[in-house]
Amino acid sequence: MGLIEVGIAAAKAFAVLMLVLHMSAILLWVERKGSALIQDRIGANRANIFGVMPFNFGLINTLIADPLKLITKEDVVPAGADKFLHFLAPFLAVFPVMVTFAAVPFGDQLVIGDYTINLQVAALDIGILYVLAMSSLAVYGVVLGGWASNSRWALLGGIRGSAQMISYEIAMGLALIGAVMTFGTLDMQAIARAQGHHFFGLIPAWGVIYQPLGFLIFLIAGIAETKRVPFDLPEGESELISGYFTEYSGMKQAAFMLSDFAESVVVAGLVTTLFFGAWQVPFLFRDGFHLPGGAIVALPHLLVVALQIAAFTLKVFFFCVFQILVRWTLPRYRYDQVMDLGWKYLLPLALANMLVTGVVIVLLG
Amino acid sequence: MGAALFLVLAVLTVAAALGVVLHPNPVKSALFLVVTLFLLAVVFVLLEAHMIAALQIIVYAGAIMVLFLFVIMLLNLQIDDPERGRRRLVLRGLAWAGGILLAVELAVLTRGAPVGDVGTAPAGYGGAEAVAKSLFTDFLLPFELTSILLLVAVVGAVVLAQKQRRPTIS
Repeated sequence: MGLIEVGIAAAKAFAVLMLVLHMSAILLWVERKGSALIQDRIGANRANIFGVMPFNFGLINTLIADPLKLITKEDVVPAGADKFLHFLAPFLAVFPVMVTFAAVPFGDQLVIGDYTINLQVAALDIGILYVLAMSSLAVYGVVLGGWASNSRWALLGGIRGSAQMISYEIAMGLALIGAVMTFGTLDMQAIARAQGHHFFGLIPAWGVIYQPLGFLIFLIAGIAETKRVPFDLPEGESELISGYFTEYSGMKQAAFMLSDFAESVVVAGLVTTLFFGAWQVPFLFRDGFHLPGGAIVALPHLLVVALQIAAFTLKVFFFCVFQILVRWTLPRYRYDQVMDLGWKYLLPLALANMLVTGVVIVLLG
Repeated sequence: MGAALFLVLAVLTVAAALGVVLHPNPVKSALFLVVTLFLLAVVFVLLEAHMIAALQIIVYAGAIMVLFLFVIMLLNLQIDDPERGRRRLVLRGLAWAGGILLAVELAVLTRGAPVGDVGTAPAGYGGAEAVAKSLFTDFLLPFELTSILLLVAVVGAVVLAQKQRRPTIS
């Protein structure tokens, strides 16, 4: 591998990491201001740090003031805590979430001179399995954070978290199997490309049209995996103070929060890729727009790629905001309701979805 | 490069596996097992068996070990009496290791060790398609039998976990 290829790979990895991190940070702001909007409050408004902004922007608050404050806070390790695991847990929470996005394609091929760049960090032929593997590792941060803190609240939060994440992983995986059967591949870039045509030349053939039920199950299970309201039992601040990260302060606590938001971004990215056409823009092909009715608008290659990346980012952002809307609209479930929903409704539905998908595929040959 | 990587991995894997047996704290033992399984998955990747590697992480590191941890935490298992248990375990582990080493040496001496270049795997080897094909053709019977075995285990667990119904006195 030449130096240029290494550089390209590094640049892609950096770009995707930045995408996830920035999206998470902006989501934090959307959450603050959005919740204020929903609850008829003003929200974060102490942000005009240097007195130079024309108005209180709020975004500055969450992007600069919050991290500064969190970094400079005292890092408290509770007495009797397992120091090493207490230190390790936030990293274990953030790492799997960040690497999941490596398998998600954010655009088609970019051709510059002699180089054809596949706009995906890791072109894995088992992409979906990789995503499931990494998301299944995310539970360790929660469990260890809860256990290593030497606190009843944290331990209960960790136990709740592990039970909930394992339960919903099953429904999530089975919902994905329907999509995998439809597209016949585990490679996420191939799945993205397979969604490029249109039914009757009008409706984009996105995964949600083949798999409406699979999409719903995946979205619900995905939101449950992020442990946010209405599934935030592992945190449950009215009972458990702050659940598994009760005993964390400063930047470590921020790491847990970051991992929550980044998980939302990952869920949005997966929903987009598998069910909403990934980077596909309706009627946009490699050489430009082919509108229904036969009109063709030719576009330069770079503009097409830019449109694809923009479409992917926008779709991901849409589903992130959707999750925040859900979070501020629904009240928290009871714990038995969470378990019932996962095991008694989503799991059988996902199995039925699999069965129906299989029958339809066999019938259509 | 591959051989060096494998050596490093092998040493780390064995070290983590020793940690599973020797660590007095059950939670840390379980965590060492997670590390061992993860490193084994990396070994699978080196062997071009990507599918098996992913499944290894999903099933063992991601699901089974989380349940192990869950149970350990729920029962709040305490640290064993460190000295007695540990010394016996060390002795037992050494005995097993010696025995296995002897068996492997015997096998190598009688059959001759595989040496030299083993070549590269064909394209698609170890991917989802190749694994699925061999699973549903050559190994169909063991595959189905294993699934029945697992089903039996699940039913058994449900039966055992059911609350004892008290005999009603009429």
